Amino acid sequence: MATLLFELALTFYFASAIVSLAELFRESRGASRLMFFFAWAGFALHTAAITYRFVSTEQLPITSMHEASSFFAWCVMLVFFLISRRYKIGIMGSFTMPVIFLLMLSSSVLPRAVNPLTPALKSYWLAIHTALAFLGNAAFAVAFGAGIMYLIQDANLKSKRLHGIFQRLPSIQTLDDMNYKLISAGFPLLTLAIITGALWAESAWGSYWRWDPKEVWSLIAWLIYALVIHVRLVAGWRGKKAAMLSILGFLVLLFTFFGVNYFHNTLHRFP
Amino acid sequence: MKIIVIGVNHKTANVEVRERLAFNGEKLSEGIAGLRSLEGVNEVAVLSTCNRVELYACVDDTDAAVGRIKKFLSDFHSLEPESFEHSLYALSGTDAVRHILRVASSLDSMVLGEPQILGQLKDAFSFALKEKSSGILLNRLLKKAISTAKRTRTETKIAENAVSISFAAVELAKKIFNDLSGMSCMLLGAGEMAELAARHLVSSGIKEVMVANRTYETGCRLAEEFCGRPVKFEDFKTEMLFADIVICSTGAPTYVLNKDDMHAVMKHRKQKPVFIIDISVPRNIDPEINKLENVYLYDVDDLQEVVNTNMMERQKEADKASCIVEEEVGRFMKWISSLKAVPVILSLREKAEDIKNEEFIRLKNRLKNVSDEDMQAIEYMATAIINKMIHAPMVALKDDCEDRQELIALIKKLYGINGDNDDEE
Repeated sequence: MATLLFELALTFYFASAIVSLAELFRESRGASRLMFFFAWAGFALHTAAITYRFVSTEQLPITSMHEASSFFAWCVMLVFFLISRRYKIGIMGSFTMPVIFLLMLSSSVLPRAVNPLTPALKSYWLAIHTALAFLGNAAFAVAFGAGIMYLIQDANLKSKRLHGIFQRLPSIQTLDDMNYKLISAGFPLLTLAIITGALWAESAWGSYWRWDPKEVWSLIAWLIYALVIHVRLVAGWRGKKAAMLSILGFLVLLFTFFGVNYFHNTLHRFP
Repeated sequence: MKIIVIGVNHKTANVEVRERLAFNGEKLSEGIAGLRSLEGVNEVAVLSTCNRVELYACVDDTDAAVGRIKKFLSDFHSLEPESFEHSLYALSGTDAVRHILRVASSLDSMVLGEPQILGQLKDAFSFALKEKSSGILLNRLLKKAISTAKRTRTETKIAENAVSISFAAVELAKKIFNDLSGMSCMLLGAGEMAELAARHLVSSGIKEVMVANRTYETGCRLAEEFCGRPVKFEDFKTEMLFADIVICSTGAPTYVLNKDDMHAVMKHRKQKPVFIIDISVPRNIDPEINKLENVYLYDVDDLQEVVNTNMMERQKEADKASCIVEEEVGRFMKWISSLKAVPVILSLREKAEDIKNEEFIRLKNRLKNVSDEDMQAIEYMATAIINKMIHAPMVALKDDCEDRQELIALIKKLYGINGDNDDEE
C-alpha cells in the first residue's frame, strides 16, 4: 500500500516536473495550472504514503536514506506551496519541481527496508532534530531555485537579451527578496537543528560535538548562510553574490545529505 | 442594402488632406446629419481621428452612394474634389466589413496594436447611437468590430510589449524592481525624451522625481511639474544615492559619470540595484558602468533594439490577429446573408397561416354539431400540419448555404410567394 502510494506520488511529481520544464520554453497559463495540479496530487499521495509508513512501522519514517530523501522532497514541496502563495510566479515551479522529483527519484532507488531504530535514536529528539533540519534544508532548496532564477535574469539584463524566458521571470528584486526571505527562514531552523543535535548528542553519547563529518559539513553550510545574512546587513551584499552563495550553500547541504553517507563513516549514517 | 466604407488614412493621405477632411467637434454632428440626408444612404457612422477619417454607411446602391458622398465631402469641407479624391478609398460588402474590423483591432494603425483606436471607434459608435444615425446593420457591425478587437487583444500579444523608447524603459524598470511605487527617479538633464520617460514612470506610481539640470531654473520648473525636487547639477553624484532610476540626457560632449563615481555610489547605496537610462547622444555615461554589480545601464540603442524586436513580435502577432478578424468577418457575413432569408420566411409562414385560417372557417361553416372542444382539436391538428409542412423549407432557409439566393427564388416559386418585399442584391 505504502509502495503504491509512493510510486503514484513519484509519477505525479514526474509529470509535474516535465510540465514545469516545458514551461521554460513556452508560456502557457494552462501548463502552470497543470503543473500545480500534478504537484498537489503528488503531494497528497506522498503525505498519505509517509503517514501510512509512520502508522504501520510505529516509528518516524526518517530512519533510512529512502525515507529521509522522501521526507526531504515532501518538505521542499511544502515550502514551495507556502512560497507560491506569497509570490505568484508561474515559472518558479520550473526551478523547484525538478529538484523535488530528483529527491524522490533517489529515494525510490534506495533500499526500502524498514530499519528498527537503535536505542540511541529512540528519542523525541529524533523528531525535533530531523524536522528542523529538513524544513531548514527545504527552505534552502527553494532559495537555491530562486538563486538560479536570479542569475539567469541578471545575465539577461546585463547582456540585454530581453526575450523568451526574460519575459516570464519576475524582477530581480523580487528574486533577491525571495532568496533572502527563504534563507532568513531556513537559517534559524538550521541553527536550531544543530543546537538540538548537540543537546541530543550530549544526552545520547555524552558529548556535544564530535566533529562527525555530517556535523562538519552542516557547519560549513551554516557558515555560508550566516555569511549571506551577515554581509547583506553589514555591507549590503545582495543580488548576484547572495544568489551564488545561496546556490553554493545548497550544494554543500546536498553533499551533507547524500555525499557524507557514502564517503565517510558517520554517526548520522543510515543503516 | 450594402455596407460601405469611404475614407482616408495615414497611408493614403498626408496630414494636410486628413485635417481638411476631419470632422471635429461641431462639424461631426453636422456632417452626420448631412450624410443621412443623402439619397440612398440609410445608416451612417463617422470615425475621425488624427490618422484617419472614415465614413461607414449602409446604402442602397454602392456606386451612386459613393458618388454622392464624395460630392458631399467636397461641399461640406469646401474642397476641390481633385484635392482629395486620389487619396480616398471606397470599399463595400465583405471588404468594407473586413476593413472596419481590422481598423478596430489596430491592424491598420500607424503603430501596430496601439490601443487608442478602439476607444475612438467606441466614441464614434456611441455618437452615432446618440444621433440615431446608425441602424440594425451598422450597430451590429460596430459591436462586432469592438468585440473582435477585444478578442485579438486577449488572444494574441499584439498589444503587448512596449513599442516606444520611453515605454520600453518603464517595462525594463519593472524587471529590475518589483514595485515602482516606492522608487525614486532622477532626471539628469531635461531633454524631451527624458521628460516623457519620467512621465510614464510617474504614472506607473514612482514616488519621487529629482531633477538635476545644468540650468538650475529649468530644472526647478520641470521638477515642479512632477511635484519633484530640483537638485543642483554639481551635487548630482551625492543625490544619486537616493535614485533607483536615473534618466540621463544632459547633452554634454563627454561622460558625466564614470565607473569610479558609480562604484562609490553603489557602496553607499548598500548595493541596492540602480537602473540607468542614457538617452543622450553622444553618451553621457561610461558604458563600463554596466559591468558593476547591481547596476543596469541601457543606452538609446539598447532601448531602440528592444523597441525593434517588440515591433517584430507585434508583426508576428498581427498575422494571428488577422486570422481572428477573418473568422469574425465570416461570421458577420453569414449573419448578413441570413437576413436575406427573413422576408421569405415571414411570407412563407404568413401564407401557411392564411391557408389554414381560410380552410378552417370553411369547415366551421359546414360542421354544425361539433362541440367547441372538438373544434379546438381540429384547429390544433391543422396548425400541426402546416407547421410540419413548412418546417423543412424554413430550416433550409435558415441554414448556411452557398446558394441561398437560388433557394430563396426556388421557395418563392414553389409556394407562389410574390417578391413584394424583395431585396435586390
